[in-house]
Parts: sequence; C-alpha cells; structure tokens
Amino acid sequence: MAIYEKLEARPAPLGTRGIIHWIKENLFPSILSSVLTIISFYILYIIVPPLLDWMIFDATWSGTKEEITKEGARWIFIFEKFNQFIYGFYPEELYWRPNLALFIFAVYVIAFKRVNVKLKAFIIISFPIIAFILVSGGFGLEHVETEKWGGLLLTIIVASVGIVASFPIGILFALGRQSNMPIIRTLSIIYIEFIRGVPLITLLFMASVILPLFFPEGMDFDKLLRALIGITLFQAAYIAEVVRGGLQAIPKGQYEAADALGLTYWKSMGLIILPQALKISIPNLVGSFISLFKDTTLILIIGLFDILAMVTLTNNDTNWLGFETEGYVFVTMIYWIICFSMSRYAKSIEDKFNTDHK
Amino acid sequence: MNKHKRAKQSGVAFYNNPDNRAIIYQILALVLIFFLAYFILNNMFTNIEKRGINTGFDFLGSEAGFGILQSLIQYDESNTHGKVFIVGLLNTILVSVIGIIFATIIGLLVGIGRLSKNFMVAKLSLIYVETFRNIPILLQILFWYNVVLASLPSPRQSISFFDSIFFNNRGLYIPKPILESGFTAVIIAFIIAIFSVIYLSKWAKNRHDKTGQEFPIFFVSLAILIGAPLLVFFISGNPASLEIAALKGFNFKGGWTLIPELLALAFALSIYTATYIAEAVRSGIEAVPKGQKEAASALGLKDHVILKKVVLPQALRVIIPPVINQYLNLIKNSSLATAIGYPELVTIFSGTSLNQVGQAIEIILMTMAVYLTLSILISILMNYINSRMQIKER
Repeated sequence: MAIYEKLEARPAPLGTRGIIHWIKENLFPSILSSVLTIISFYILYIIVPPLLDWMIFDATWSGTKEEITKEGARWIFIFEKFNQFIYGFYPEELYWRPNLALFIFAVYVIAFKRVNVKLKAFIIISFPIIAFILVSGGFGLEHVETEKWGGLLLTIIVASVGIVASFPIGILFALGRQSNMPIIRTLSIIYIEFIRGVPLITLLFMASVILPLFFPEGMDFDKLLRALIGITLFQAAYIAEVVRGGLQAIPKGQYEAADALGLTYWKSMGLIILPQALKISIPNLVGSFISLFKDTTLILIIGLFDILAMVTLTNNDTNWLGFETEGYVFVTMIYWIICFSMSRYAKSIEDKFNTDHK
Repeated sequence: MNKHKRAKQSGVAFYNNPDNRAIIYQILALVLIFFLAYFILNNMFTNIEKRGINTGFDFLGSEAGFGILQSLIQYDESNTHGKVFIVGLLNTILVSVIGIIFATIIGLLVGIGRLSKNFMVAKLSLIYVETFRNIPILLQILFWYNVVLASLPSPRQSISFFDSIFFNNRGLYIPKPILESGFTAVIIAFIIAIFSVIYLSKWAKNRHDKTGQEFPIFFVSLAILIGAPLLVFFISGNPASLEIAALKGFNFKGGWTLIPELLALAFALSIYTATYIAEAVRSGIEAVPKGQKEAASALGLKDHVILKKVVLPQALRVIIPPVINQYLNLIKNSSLATAIGYPELVTIFSGTSLNQVGQAIEIILMTMAVYLTLSILISILMNYINSRMQIKER
C-alpha cells in the first residue's frame, strides 16, 4: 500500500507573467533587440532631461527681463507678447469682439446637435456673417482694417474661410470629374490636376501679384482677400480628390437605385450618394483640413502676419531682441496641439466606421 | 444611343431628353469659360499696357546683374535671367534629391520601427512620427535655420569630425574628392561590374528555375559592385585624393561647402516627409494579411524568403504609390526655401528676377510649368509602376 503524501502547490513559474516577463518579452527578447532598447534609452537620455530642464526647471517664468539669471527658456517673453501672438495688431480695447465670435461659435457647436434642420441651416449661414461683422466692424461697430488682423486670430480666420469656402467648390469639382459629360469632366480634371501639380506658394504669388491684373482698374482687392482666394482655390482641388475617393467607394447599385426611383441628378446626389460618400470621406477630409491648417503658415511669405510671422515681428522690438527660440517653440506647441487633436479626432471616426475583425 | 431612342419613342420633349440636356449644359459651360477668359485676358492686357509692363520672353536673354549664393554651374552677375532659371531649377533638383534620399532612409527605418516587437523602438518611432507630422513644414525650416544653425559656433570654433569635416554657422564643409587621370579605369571597372551583376542574376534565376538550387545573389552582387572598382583603384595606384577644407582667415576654403540654407531646407524636408513615408511603409506592411505569412511558413519557406517573395511584393504594391506622392510633395515643399533664401527656382527666379523684371505673369507661369512638368513626369512613372505591379488576375 503506497503512502501518498500531499505535495504543496508549486509557486507560479517566474517570468511568464508580471512586469519582469513583460520586460523580457518586449525589451530584451534577443541580443539585437536588447541593443536597440539600450540605444533607445540612450536617445531618450540625451534628449529628454536637457529639454525638460530648458523648458521647465531652468526656465524663467516670472519677473522682468533684467532679472533673468537662469539658463533655460525665458517664457516671460511669451507672457509679455502673448496678446500679439494671439491677436496681432488688433486694437487692444476691441479684443472682446473676436472673443465674442469665438464664444458664439462654441455656443453654436453645442446647440448644433440639438436643433432641427431649419435652425441648423440658420446657424451655418448666420455664423460667418456674425463673425465677419464682429471681427471687421460695421453696423455701428468700429471698423478694423485687415492689415491689423494677425496672430492666431488671422491663422484661424484663414483656415476656417479656406475650409468652408473650398468645401462646396470641391464637391462640385468632384462631381464634375465623375460626370459622364466629357467637356465638364475634362475641365474638372484640368483644374484639379493643375492645382495639385503646383506648390501653394506659386498660387499665392499668383493670387497676390497676377490676380489684380485680371480685373478692371479700380476694383481693388484686399491683400488678405487675395490670399484667401488663392488658398480656397488650392484647397478645393484637394477636397475634390478626397470626395471623389468617397464617390468611387459607393456601390454602383446605389446610383442605379437612385435612378430607378426616378430622382433627378441633383436629388439623387444630394439625397442618396453624397450623404454616404461624405460620411466615409470624413477621416480623409479631416486629414486635408490638417494639411490646410499647416499650410496657412505660407501666407507670411506674401506679407501677412499670421502667428508664425509674429515670432519675427515680436523680436523686432528693441527691448526684446533674441527671443526667437522661445517664440518658435511656443508657436510649435500651438500648431502641434491643434493638429494632433484633429488627427486623433479623424482616427476615432475611422475606428468607429471600421467594423472589420482585427 | 438607347436612352435617346427611348426618349424619342415615349414622346419626351426635346429639352427634357437627358442627352440633349447634357449637350446644352456643356455648351453653356464652355461659353461661360470663354467669357471668363475673355474678360480676364482683356483686363490683363489693358492693365499691362497702362502700367507699362513688358510682355514676352525677351527678358530671359537680358543680364540678371545679381549674384547667387550657390550654383551648380558656372554663374556670375553678367549672366542672363535664362541662366538664373537654370541655376534655380538645378538647385531645386539638388535639394529635392538630397531630401528624397534621406526621407526614404529615415522613413523606411521608422516605418519598420513602428511595427517592431521591441516596445521602446515602436514607441520612439511613434513619437517621432506624431511630433514632426503635426508641425508645419515652414515652421520647421525656419526653426532649423534661425535657431539651430544660427546658434552653431563661428568658423574659428568649428565642430570638427576627424579633422576633415567641419561644421559651423557658415555651413558644413566636407572633403572634396579630386579625380586624377587614372580614375577612368575605376569607372570602367564599375560599369563592367554592373553588367556582370545583371548577367549573373539572370544566370542565377535560370539555374534556380531549372534545378531549384539557390545562389546568394545579393551578397555576391554587392561584393562585385564594391570590390571590383576598389581593386582597380588600388592597382592603378590611388588615382584620387581628398581636398580637405582649411581655415584661412575668417572662413574655410576648399572642399565642398554645404551652405546653411541648404542644410536647413534638406534637413527639414527629410524629417517632415519621412514621417509620411514611415506611415506609408507601416500601413503597407500591415496590409498584407497575416494568413499569407502563415501559409508561406506552413509551406516551409525560410523567414527571409517569406519576406522577399511573399510579404514585400504585396506590401510594395500598397507602399509605392503614396511614397511617390510624398516625393512629389517634397519637391513642391522645396519651394518654401524662399522663406530662408536658399537660391532655388522660386527664390531667385520668382523672387529676385521677378522683382527686377516685373513680368509677373511670364515668370510665375514658367515656374508653375516646371512643377507641373515634374508632377506629370512623376505621375506617368507612377502609372507605369502601378501597371507593372498590378496583380494579374485571370
């Protein structure tokens, strides 16, 4: 008769779970990988601590210019010039007007989902008018010339006008390119490919130098308006290509079904095809908007003062010379935050649409 | 046409026939375009005449009268605006080629790094992509030029590598190879090596098709391509030497000089475009279904054969079109050089020449034509590659 002894349960094997296992699997699985891990840590070591020192620990956050003793960033420059970075040369006592426009925009965005179609249309049409009157003046408000618009305010104005105005034009060209009328199609293709083939800066030069020659004398265009025309024409071609991608992804049966219902071309496009095509194009549209937002920096080359141009301009102040680095870093952070959040938004929509198994 | 016939039979009015309507719309569109063109051209000619601007391309033959910071060909102030155009075009091509080479290398490495199983490598690659993709390229160019390169030491305190490469706020100085007469032999050896490699790979493929035996074609080719010219180089007694830049007075003389404008532009363009190439590479490799790799290894193929024969051919089909698109974007973005004054096409031709001559229409159209030609050439190339790479279905 055998004697059975009760054995204690063995301890869970080390190194198949827990943090040590994770490190072994993900950081040091092989010699090559271990070398790469060490190199990566070294890269972080040479970049991150000096950067943090410069930006935070060694930085000057308060006081006056004369009191600067630390080696790091002198953020007091940004605090001093903050208003210029945001509003350009906009009169200080009128800052409330762009602020109010921004506030109305926020209210509209919140209200937008909760109202019916008629109110939605009202919001979409009324906001640009209200915003324009608030920023520019008129109806009893003091007029502010466009030369005084600048900084982040101008960047946002250029980007939003570019986005809003190019959208319908882009859709028309996308439909034109898909049309079965040969002349319309050819014209659309020529336009789209021409614009996409040349750099934005040449289009801006064209808008600022050649465009005035196209119109009878006395018809003077504002410098900002010329830049806006250039940017809108540019962006429309890119929107057209994105929307075309969406149109081509719609199954042919949808087009045929719309025809079979006896809908006219515009009704079948407006009610059946475009709502679907635009919906699947949203991630790419946002991507195109991000590009446009980054491209607005080019207007400084034709002499408009967007937020990037403010870096040079604020450094022309004889009291504040040699603060370019802080200026560039500040503007970089603003662009990065805006572009990164937009791209996250595009990604989240993409994931929502993407119901594939992974 | 079928529709047309049907419409006729059912007694639809002429203007309600879709085919007739299409024709009417198109005629209207054409008329509108012609009117617009007439309006614009008419105003343009009146305005040009009133302002006393010259027309035509005669200015291309007149003396430019300004110097250019960097030129690949012989250029001085007495040369014509036509020559300025060529100098600018060559500089555009120079910075684009440098940018494309480095963007491809960085993009490839980072794109593969994104898929690495190594946590640190994957995360660092992700941080790189997300950081530089979300900062406007113009801002990056200005940052490298105005902040980083401007803060480098003066020529007397240059940073030097191996006492032959010097880096300071006037640029990067690298040794310049001086070729002597015997060097032609090396070039001939290199050409012969190329042809023998082509022949060898054909032979290896044939043998593989017939017998199934493999030949380490990659390493052998590499050895021939590097070895043969090197051997001839030493046999013929080093027919080349390096001219190293040396500090003379306040600046370096001799060697090759890369001006800061070129460095900042090429650096920013490579780093920015590399993020997009990395994303293209990543999504291309991810687009190959997992089953493909599993099926290949179930067939008993080795890892490197799977990569070469199964994964890469399928991934490249997805990767190449967006990458070529990015090359095109890089070429177009090189026009931002005008913000820092690197003398490429837009800076010196649409900038300096335009200011001197004042013929905006001709000059801007010529500049646009250059970029359009480049982009048409590249899209022809892309269509060719696409049709070559397309899966042949039935």
